[in-house]
Amino acid sequence: MRDAMSSIFGRLGWDALPFWSMLHDHSAMTIINGIIATGAASMVVIGALAAIVLVTWLGKWKYLWSEWFTSPDHKKIGIMFIVIALVMLARAIIEAVFMRAQQAVGLDGGFLTAEHFGQLFTTHGTIMVFFMAMPFLTGIINYVMPLQIGARDLSFPVLNQVSLGLTAAGAALVMISLVLAPFSIGGWTGYPPFTELSYNPGAGVDYWIWAVTLSTLSSTLTGINFAVTIFKKRAPGMKLFRMPLFTWTALCTAILMIFGMPPLTVATGLLALDRYLDFHMFTTDLGGNMMNYVNLFWAFGHPEVYILILPPFGIFSEVFATFSGKRIYGYKLLVIATMCIAVLSFTVWLHHFFTMGQSAHINAAFGIATMLIGIPTGVKVYDWMLTMYRGRIRLSVPMVYAIGFIMLFVLGGMTGIILATPSVDYQVHNSLFLVAHFHNMLIPGLLFGMLSATNFWFPKAFGFRLEERWGYRAAFCWIIGFMLAFFPLYVLGLMGMPRRSVAYFEPQYLPWMITAGIGALVILCALLCLLIQLWVSIRDRHANNVFAGDPWDGRTLEWAVSAPPPEYNFPVLPEIYSIDAFMTEKDRGQGWQAPDRYEDIDMPANSALGVVVAVTGLAMAFGLVWYMWWLVIGAGLLTLVAVIARGFVRQTTRTISASEVQRTHEHWLEQVRRTTPIKRSHEQSTANHGLPVPPIEGAVQ
Amino acid sequence: MSSRNTHSLEGNSRHPGLNLGPAHAQEEDTREEMVFGFWVFMMSDLIIFGLLFATYVTMLGGTAGGPGPKELFEMKSAFIETMLLLTSSFTFGMASLALKYREDKTRLVFWLVVTLLLGVAFLFFELKDFHTMFDKGGVPSRSGYLSAFFSLVPLHGLHVTGACIWLLALLGQMTVHGLDAPVKTGILRLAILWHFLDIVWIGIFSLVYLGGLS
Repeated sequence: MRDAMSSIFGRLGWDALPFWSMLHDHSAMTIINGIIATGAASMVVIGALAAIVLVTWLGKWKYLWSEWFTSPDHKKIGIMFIVIALVMLARAIIEAVFMRAQQAVGLDGGFLTAEHFGQLFTTHGTIMVFFMAMPFLTGIINYVMPLQIGARDLSFPVLNQVSLGLTAAGAALVMISLVLAPFSIGGWTGYPPFTELSYNPGAGVDYWIWAVTLSTLSSTLTGINFAVTIFKKRAPGMKLFRMPLFTWTALCTAILMIFGMPPLTVATGLLALDRYLDFHMFTTDLGGNMMNYVNLFWAFGHPEVYILILPPFGIFSEVFATFSGKRIYGYKLLVIATMCIAVLSFTVWLHHFFTMGQSAHINAAFGIATMLIGIPTGVKVYDWMLTMYRGRIRLSVPMVYAIGFIMLFVLGGMTGIILATPSVDYQVHNSLFLVAHFHNMLIPGLLFGMLSATNFWFPKAFGFRLEERWGYRAAFCWIIGFMLAFFPLYVLGLMGMPRRSVAYFEPQYLPWMITAGIGALVILCALLCLLIQLWVSIRDRHANNVFAGDPWDGRTLEWAVSAPPPEYNFPVLPEIYSIDAFMTEKDRGQGWQAPDRYEDIDMPANSALGVVVAVTGLAMAFGLVWYMWWLVIGAGLLTLVAVIARGFVRQTTRTISASEVQRTHEHWLEQVRRTTPIKRSHEQSTANHGLPVPPIEGAVQ
Repeated sequence: MSSRNTHSLEGNSRHPGLNLGPAHAQEEDTREEMVFGFWVFMMSDLIIFGLLFATYVTMLGGTAGGPGPKELFEMKSAFIETMLLLTSSFTFGMASLALKYREDKTRLVFWLVVTLLLGVAFLFFELKDFHTMFDKGGVPSRSGYLSAFFSLVPLHGLHVTGACIWLLALLGQMTVHGLDAPVKTGILRLAILWHFLDIVWIGIFSLVYLGGLS
């Protein structure tokens, strides 16, 4: 009986339930931690059940299946990526609040066990990097980039579905780990030998390995897809140096994904071999070498930093230009700076472990290489400031994030330069100073970028503006909350407090920790403001509709179509004559035109492959975590069969007739004619239905 | 790049291996993207092999008192494997020529089947090699060096297995759909993979086997 059970369930037992230990050990600490873990697990279960019940009640399963899950449309896939990112963001913020709460009362103790705290910082980091940041930026690029280059879709729409499926599977695995615990306590970097089987025999590290591996494979495929699309699918006339800056950063990011993700695949793959097949790649005995892991991990990890930050650079470039009513200053310089950063990002990985035994000469070389990155980044900062200089600046919500970014990010960059000095790094490495530094880059950099992009392009995607009042509240909560939560960590780091400490015994830390805790609460408020903003915006969607498609007097091609755009994006592919293609059209009075002739459009047909890969990928990973070998083999074979079967499909496109395209386009043009154009001063009022008044002799109103 | 229209004028000359019949601009564009995308994928895959090669080199000293290359490798079988794989690349080349210059598919199928058999024979010898190594105590759990070996060389074998399955799938597609455009680009991409694996094997043969036995 026992054998039969273990061949079905592997090593999964009742003790995986989060309340199990609480039932056996009645100490106060266990009960408190058990209640928190059970609460989190029930949130997952209740959330999933609520979603299922809601969709069933509304009778929307068929709609979801045919319009979303099996849709190859890059716009819908982009939105689904962002939905995943937002769900994961909410979870990881709540985890952060728990960590801050623990440390705010952590003098001589606190309420979390070290094990629980370890899981919190591991999932927080893993989720924020792999299941919040990556899907968020992938989603934004997915949505915006094809529109910006005048394409109808990505080069490989079905591969795009597979990427989404893999990310969804990884995110689901991390969520499942709340119910069938535990997750890893090895940090988001998962350094061996601590994560080897001999020190960590449980399922936690395996959850981490497979979740991260799924995400990595997804991003590799995404990178290939983006790069090929940008190289091959640009509209006629869109030379490389006419591409919008966001597309440029998307291209550099894609290249970084193609070359930067494989090292992580290798690192997690080898770690898995160590754990599953008794290899000795990174073990402490029998000739293993854990430094190989550290090098492989950061050969991924540093390009990853720029995968995360380049798209926000592109977003802010668009935002600064649009809301200053000016062409971006130093376009070519910005492009070159982006490429410099992309190349340099491969040459600095060693600064993540200055203290791990290299010679001083090697450290010096990598320290200098690291500081060099400050130069192209500085160029960018000046270009953005000069874009605003003598512009007619509108302090819209995306712009507030952008200005918050520019000030805080420069500060974070300064502390980065400090850390890049090996001798200083010896003093502050592994301290909260480092935690403060990278949060200072990632929150004002990446997250503000993503939120700025959401406020900027949301009207394009859904056809109505996001409500501004709550938008401002969210933005200011983010900025103030960030400063309160992380500036104290710089001080604490300099005072010598190590990162990832569950408790401390130094009373001087306490006031700073409490301040940081308050900051975390302000950030929680920011999250609430975002939710309220979304709710209020949906409520007022009719008043704020911008069907005409150009609510911000936009400069690039995505604003030239209706909001939301039709499935095929452009009724005829546009011809491009300059950068800021749409602004040029408007300047010449050539916007909103009907083409002479409409043609049938071939679009990719729906496919279930993405869903299949999501399910089999999740099943395989789950089977591997709990040693359910039948599940691994079954799901693996199913994946193989599905991929081979896909090769036999010949009906890969469906045609949208010329008359339908004409009908849709002319309906939109008719609506545009009926829309009253507005001046920029009315941008945030209900008068804004997505049509700007024409520019007067090139001047911005 | 700048203008899509000029593409159709060049006809099917853009891909030396491709013979898609009457030029059809849009069809050609999709095919071109697929082949280019596959090249990009190969670059990404090459990074994986490159890193595993580098890791292998750093682990050369990590034998932990266990058997090393001199005790485990046999030049004869490594040489046979090399010859099998190099010949299979040649026969795949013949298949590509048949794809481009022949209307009928018999010759193409013949060369593809020969390639497949050579690939399977390679895998057979490789597995036999591993078996001998295991008998001599050369298992991955013995030492860091052997772990590095077994993370690099079998990964190449797995790639060859995948390529063989793909070849079978393409033969299947050809039976169902005939020699249509997707099958043609499929063969073109598989050819890239096949030659790529050949090059990786040359790396393995030189670095792992020749280097180990020198």
